Amino acid sequence: MINNFNIILPEIFLSLSVFSILMIGVFIKNSFNLIFNLTMMIIIVTITIILSSPSNKEKIFLDSFIRDAFSNYFKILILLSSLFVLNSSKKFIIDNKLDKFEYPIIILLSILGMFFMVSSNDLILFYLGLELQSLSLYILASIDRDNLRSTESGIKYFVLSALSSGLLLYGCSLLYGFTGSTNFEAIANQLNRENTGAVFAMVFILVGLAFKVSAVPFHMWTPDVYEGAPTSITSYFAVVPKVAGLALLIKFMFVPFSNILLEWQTIIIFISIASMILGAVAAMVQKNLKRLLAYSSIGHIGYALAGVATGAISGYQSAIVYISIYVIMNIGAFSCLYLLKKDEQYKENISDLSGISKKHPLLAISLLIILFSLAGVPPLGGFFAKFYIFVAVLEKEMYALAIIGLLTTVMSAFYYLKIIKTIYFDDSIITFESTKNRSAQASIFASCTILITFFLYPSFLNNLVSLLFVSQ
Amino acid sequence: MNFPILSTLIFLPLISSIFILLSKDKTTNNSSIYISLFSSFATFLLSLFLWYSLDFNTSEFQFVEEKSWINNFIKFKLGIDGISILFIVLTTFITPICIISCVNSIKVRVKEFLIAILILETFMIGVFCSLDLVIFYLFFEAGLIPMFLIIGVWGGPKRVYSAFKFFLFTLLGSVLMLVAIIVIYWLTGTTDITQIYEIKIPKEYQNLLWLAFFSSFAVKMPMWPVHTWLPDAHVEAPTAGSVILAAILLKMAGYGFLRFSIPMFPIASEYFTPLVYTLSIIAIIYTSLVALMQDDMKKLIAYSSVAHMGYVTLGIFTLTKQGIEGSIYQMISHGLISAALFLCVGVVYDRLHSRMISTYGGLVNYIPKYSFLFLVFALAALGLPGTSGFLGEFLVLAGTFQKSYLAAMLATFGVVLGAAYMLWLTKRVIFGVANNSEIKKLNDINKSEIIMLVSLAFLILFFGFYPLPLMETFNVSVNGLISDYETALASN
Repeated sequence: MINNFNIILPEIFLSLSVFSILMIGVFIKNSFNLIFNLTMMIIIVTITIILSSPSNKEKIFLDSFIRDAFSNYFKILILLSSLFVLNSSKKFIIDNKLDKFEYPIIILLSILGMFFMVSSNDLILFYLGLELQSLSLYILASIDRDNLRSTESGIKYFVLSALSSGLLLYGCSLLYGFTGSTNFEAIANQLNRENTGAVFAMVFILVGLAFKVSAVPFHMWTPDVYEGAPTSITSYFAVVPKVAGLALLIKFMFVPFSNILLEWQTIIIFISIASMILGAVAAMVQKNLKRLLAYSSIGHIGYALAGVATGAISGYQSAIVYISIYVIMNIGAFSCLYLLKKDEQYKENISDLSGISKKHPLLAISLLIILFSLAGVPPLGGFFAKFYIFVAVLEKEMYALAIIGLLTTVMSAFYYLKIIKTIYFDDSIITFESTKNRSAQASIFASCTILITFFLYPSFLNNLVSLLFVSQ
Repeated sequence: MNFPILSTLIFLPLISSIFILLSKDKTTNNSSIYISLFSSFATFLLSLFLWYSLDFNTSEFQFVEEKSWINNFIKFKLGIDGISILFIVLTTFITPICIISCVNSIKVRVKEFLIAILILETFMIGVFCSLDLVIFYLFFEAGLIPMFLIIGVWGGPKRVYSAFKFFLFTLLGSVLMLVAIIVIYWLTGTTDITQIYEIKIPKEYQNLLWLAFFSSFAVKMPMWPVHTWLPDAHVEAPTAGSVILAAILLKMAGYGFLRFSIPMFPIASEYFTPLVYTLSIIAIIYTSLVALMQDDMKKLIAYSSVAHMGYVTLGIFTLTKQGIEGSIYQMISHGLISAALFLCVGVVYDRLHSRMISTYGGLVNYIPKYSFLFLVFALAALGLPGTSGFLGEFLVLAGTFQKSYLAAMLATFGVVLGAAYMLWLTKRVIFGVANNSEIKKLNDINKSEIIMLVSLAFLILFFGFYPLPLMETFNVSVNGLISDYETALASN
């Protein structure tokens, strides 16, 4: 037993470090900087632990915890994106007086929850991980507790998310009732299409998961929470929980529900189409950048779900590639928001970007690259993400899904173009402070470099992702 | 041939644009201008060298480069034949002219403008070199970004509307092509077009796939009724933007028909011939009539472009030797003539800041050199024998007569209309009485403008009298295209 602990070593390390830095935070005054730096170090050490661990499939704790290439890939993606999100937002956090020592600790706790989510092989562990993550996120959403909008967004998120968790739990209990097991593989063996009750359970679980990845029609919380929460938290919300949610969704489709493919496929297709359309249409009228990015993220989840909807390994792979590129683009996009500072205030309206290409040419060109990439225009990274999705979708001859997806791409191109228009065509109004925010600039630079040079070696992510399903 | 000469050709402008980005121009933009002029001229010479060393006696692709790109899926494959080389040379010839013209017409953010033009050149050459559907799509779509910025940043008062219309129309057309490309991949297992030519796409899929490609090319061409983005884009774009748009971007669609639609979907191409005829004839007559009514010079030329492109589609889909050769000739010659006309408009626009025909009149008395060149281009545009414009239209009509008398007669009617609007434009702008006191103070064209316009006029007249260099280049390739098409139809 004790030898098997290395399977769960990243989680053990993470939890121990969280508790230790919590102690530091409690006993040392004004320790935000220290804890922030320690958090970064913890993340980096965890990445090295995962990278050095083997990726063959191993289970522990009565087969409820699994470590394989799939979970390792997602853990690394989660850690890397958290690292970049945290690093780029540090100045923002301090400027907005959010520099409480709990901030990075809660982020680490949510990462721990996500670790258990992507590694779970059992309904109970999965639910525990999900709740650990969700509880941390509620607190994060309202971390700016003196701010009415932040508090409101936290409450909103909590109420709606608790409802979805309830549905999810109900689905889990139904599933247990109908299959007699909480283990994913055992459930997979028990499930078949005649088992109507289990299909019900599947619907409930899907609803819960769709809520977590903010897919239509369970997206209502997203724009409000994105807008209300501080930008640093929003950028975390937009990136990291999405990755974990999608991983979980794929896991559910791949293991426990693999026998009732047709049933869930229909639902996912609907959710995917609805998300793509709503993401494209609703974003057109937004004036707030964060709100716009919320709708854009809904649309992007729709594309990723289109890959999942194929029900084929190639589709799951394309969805994973999609979400990885989405992470890169969103980190870049949110990092740009950290540079829009004027008179001690961070601007977040589209109109504030008016004509910044004249005064801030580098920021403008970065936004240009990121936005065109989000729109999926070749030769940028975002195009390849969409391209792989549609290759997988068309392999399964789901023509309607592909055509609707591509038409919504055109529609969504409209609002990305609108921002580019504001940046490049309009007259300059605001000159932002040319503050030295090196960490945010580094994130933008990294994101843009990856997006531009992606076409040189576009199969890089595919090669990685193609390994994920081999061992299973 | 081990040296990747096509890749060099494609990426040379891109690399030089990085140099421009790094160059430190504060007050003047001289070094940016010199770098871009030098690199675009070098690209032009390189493409001439390619033209010279290309073997015209085979319809095989030459200078083929192949690199693995996306695992077991897409290869980065480039290659040229007798048809594509002409478009490449046209591109590399027009680009330096645009760069020269921007010295006079672009006043703000010159450096960025040059970067945009050079990046656009990279994508345009890429379109004409690619032998893989995905690579083609990549370059085809990527060109939207710099063009969107060129129209939007340096354009006229309604530039935002035009830039959006341009971008969204083109994107909407091409997404269906992307679907078709992926479907072709799943049908044939490859996106390499030389292999697709041999594998042959099943008959039952051809019609839908053809329509998907058509939707993209029809928007880009542009064909009636999806041509409405073109006049807006032309009017608002800066001179260099209009020139590139008219001379090269529109040719991508015609090239696409020749390279993809006909060889890949021969049965569908035959099936849809009446549709293309109808749309082309409507385009020729309707847009010529619309052109007659314009009081904006750029808009008039834009509509005339749509009409001229109508001849191109008509000629391509006659699927006769004369028709296709005429279309290619027409595309090259329209590339030169429309570029020249837009430059002419740009010349007077830079001086008087008006594109309205009513502003001008009697220019011949004050700026005779300009007026003479304008007259040459106008006559070329209406297809006067002795100019390159004549031969293209003539061959297209000769090809059309073999297939359909009605279509040919209606198209001939368009020639008359073309003469009407061009001559009327010339009459109102160049001749007549100067009703504007500012015209009397106009300076005649300066040195850089003379270089641009005279070189274009020379080529237009040269190819009007001596079409052999062009004809020889694409002759064998066109023969190969037609014989493949006929074998495909016969085996059906």
